[in-house]
Amino acid sequence: MAESDNIVVETAEKIFADLADPQTINNDKKDSWQAPLWQALSEAGLPLSWVPDDLGGSGASLADGFALLNAAGRFAIAVPLAETMLAGWLLAQAKISSPEGEMTVLPASPRDRITLDADGALSGRCRGIPFAKAAKHFAVLAYGKDGISIALVDAGKGRIESGLNVGYDHSDTVTLDKVQPVAIKVAPKGFDQTTMMLIGGVARSLQIAGALESMLDISVRYSNERVAFEKKISKFQAVQHNLARLAGESAAALAAATSAADAIANAKSFDDEVYLEAASAKIRCAEAAEKGGGIAHQVHGAIGFTNEHILHRYSLRALAWRDDFGSESHWAVELGKLVARRGADELWPLVASR
Amino acid sequence: MTAALRFDPIRLPEKCEQLRKEVRAFLAEEIAAGTFDPHKPNREDTDAPEFSRRVGAKGWLGMTWPKKYGGQERSFLERYVVTEEMRVANAPTRRFFVADRQSGPVLIKYAPEHIKMDILPRICRGEICFAIGMSEPNSGSDLFAAKTRATKTDGGYLINGTKIWTSSAHIADYMIAIFRTSPPTKENRRHGLTQFLVKMKQPGIEVNPIGQITGQYEFNEVVFTDFFVPEDHVLGEVDGAWKQATSELAYERSGPERFLETYYVLTELVRAVGPDPDTRSAEGIGRLVAQLHTMRRMSVSVAGMLQAGKEPVVEASIVKDIGTVWEQQLPHRVRDLAAFVEETATNRETLQRQLDFAIKTAPKLTIQGGTTEVLRGIIARGLGLR
Repeated sequence: MAESDNIVVETAEKIFADLADPQTINNDKKDSWQAPLWQALSEAGLPLSWVPDDLGGSGASLADGFALLNAAGRFAIAVPLAETMLAGWLLAQAKISSPEGEMTVLPASPRDRITLDADGALSGRCRGIPFAKAAKHFAVLAYGKDGISIALVDAGKGRIESGLNVGYDHSDTVTLDKVQPVAIKVAPKGFDQTTMMLIGGVARSLQIAGALESMLDISVRYSNERVAFEKKISKFQAVQHNLARLAGESAAALAAATSAADAIANAKSFDDEVYLEAASAKIRCAEAAEKGGGIAHQVHGAIGFTNEHILHRYSLRALAWRDDFGSESHWAVELGKLVARRGADELWPLVASR
Repeated sequence: MTAALRFDPIRLPEKCEQLRKEVRAFLAEEIAAGTFDPHKPNREDTDAPEFSRRVGAKGWLGMTWPKKYGGQERSFLERYVVTEEMRVANAPTRRFFVADRQSGPVLIKYAPEHIKMDILPRICRGEICFAIGMSEPNSGSDLFAAKTRATKTDGGYLINGTKIWTSSAHIADYMIAIFRTSPPTKENRRHGLTQFLVKMKQPGIEVNPIGQITGQYEFNEVVFTDFFVPEDHVLGEVDGAWKQATSELAYERSGPERFLETYYVLTELVRAVGPDPDTRSAEGIGRLVAQLHTMRRMSVSVAGMLQAGKEPVVEASIVKDIGTVWEQQLPHRVRDLAAFVEETATNRETLQRQLDFAIKTAPKLTIQGGTTEVLRGIIARGLGLR
């Protein structure tokens, strides 16, 4: 995705460049960059990009929001921007207004479930909730006897067991035990947890693709600076071919993620075609995170393995993002089942429909 | 950012879908009439002259070319649809594929008008077959080591030397080849080669078939002995073929044929596991489909860039690198997954037969039309490493 194609991305990139420069952040051991960054993003209305004006947001299109997440990936942004965007989007599906401040979504895995009981209380245990500890509110998708609901929950009402993902960002276990929501409404017809996981998965895919773009960029730059055996390592064919493969992985991730984003942004319903796009994006981007990130580290050698170097900000987050909203293994099984159910002679028509 | 690789989510326009229906209906008729069996990619005779004419009659050859040359002035995206549907159906495209993809566009760019008017309409009608004369016994990936000589003589050139691995030369009516007209210079080792149009099936050209490990005979050795090529068959600049070679590569490298050559084994695997696969099969199929979908989206994106008049050489090389490695590994992954297919699966034998053939085909996929190593060199140059 090109940088600065639209005003949302342009605004975000300016803020990221000013307040989230990877090297500056990496040197800051006290995380004092987080508050100013969040404040600037909030003032620009970015965390509530996907919330319509009348529900308290800035009403950007799905497409612009996805492009913003891709840009956030290029900077390996480590504040709950994506999570708040997804939470606001989820709430907006049920016309629930978004409050100010950080939010995240429950569940963040297709295997976890929140239930709604007859008294209108929410219960359930969700693992791997990104930035739960930083969130003021949770946007919750819940299954009740009469169908699916979307709820806004005060984060203080949940029990949080704090944890970190492999990228050192908060990934917490949240337990709701008969929690009364701040607001709750019935989800639109046809909306379910799979829909939410697919959107979340595409968000993560765009972030991974962005991180890979940056990994390619810094790896190429490093190879043109680092001298070994009396020449720049970029002149060694083995290194060149590794970087060419990294470019391929980065390109594949970008193509898969932007295609899925485009599909969702223009979708009338979540049919098999959109499912193919979204599931494929998560699968392919996760594979690229492993293969591409591995090459970026190989090119950097020992320096890339240090805390001081910024590479890990991208490589580890890209790996961590694989786990959220359904891992590539999950989506591969589900996509495989879908393909098998449709039958062999319907596979090509499905692929060609995109 | 150093590397501004673009793969915008280009969608095929609506008119492509109408065309796709027409192509599918045509292919279904051809299959019903017994022209070819879509389940048998391993047919021995891949030449189908009558089929080629019928495809031409449909207006699907040279479809992006100017109307005055017999073309349809349709878009690259429409051509893309025809190509991918033919490929997935395992249609016998050998006779026309090279002419339609590569040779025609070269002629349009470099041939004199009277030759264009003579040859291009015949390509469009599916009447003639082209071969490409690049490799020589001591010159493969290193194109500029070519030694076959074109010596100036009255009214043209005399050709002496040998081309090798020349696909379809045994059935080809024409070849577009590079021959040495001057020695390379100290400053530029790529200097001195010229692109020629060669009329095949004439005295002075000997075509010797070479058997391949798949059991097929698709490529050949072509020996030229004092073979005369008239002056007006020079394509482009004398001694300057190196300037002409690169821009065509994007067309050649990014098409659906660069990841669909072994696709049939995936279809057959899905058939074999049935509607309710176990977790292992489902995951394996899901990953392969996600990878396939991603490559196709990349490939369509490059087609869109070509349609927009860009020259996405690096992007096209990435598509071919990833695509050919994928189609090469595909039969092996399918074999892994097929290990536990039920004995009762009705297509077991078909799948096995297809796998045997695809596994034998696989090694060539990362060699033909630009090896993986050459492609990665091009990508590395695009990244600013060379």
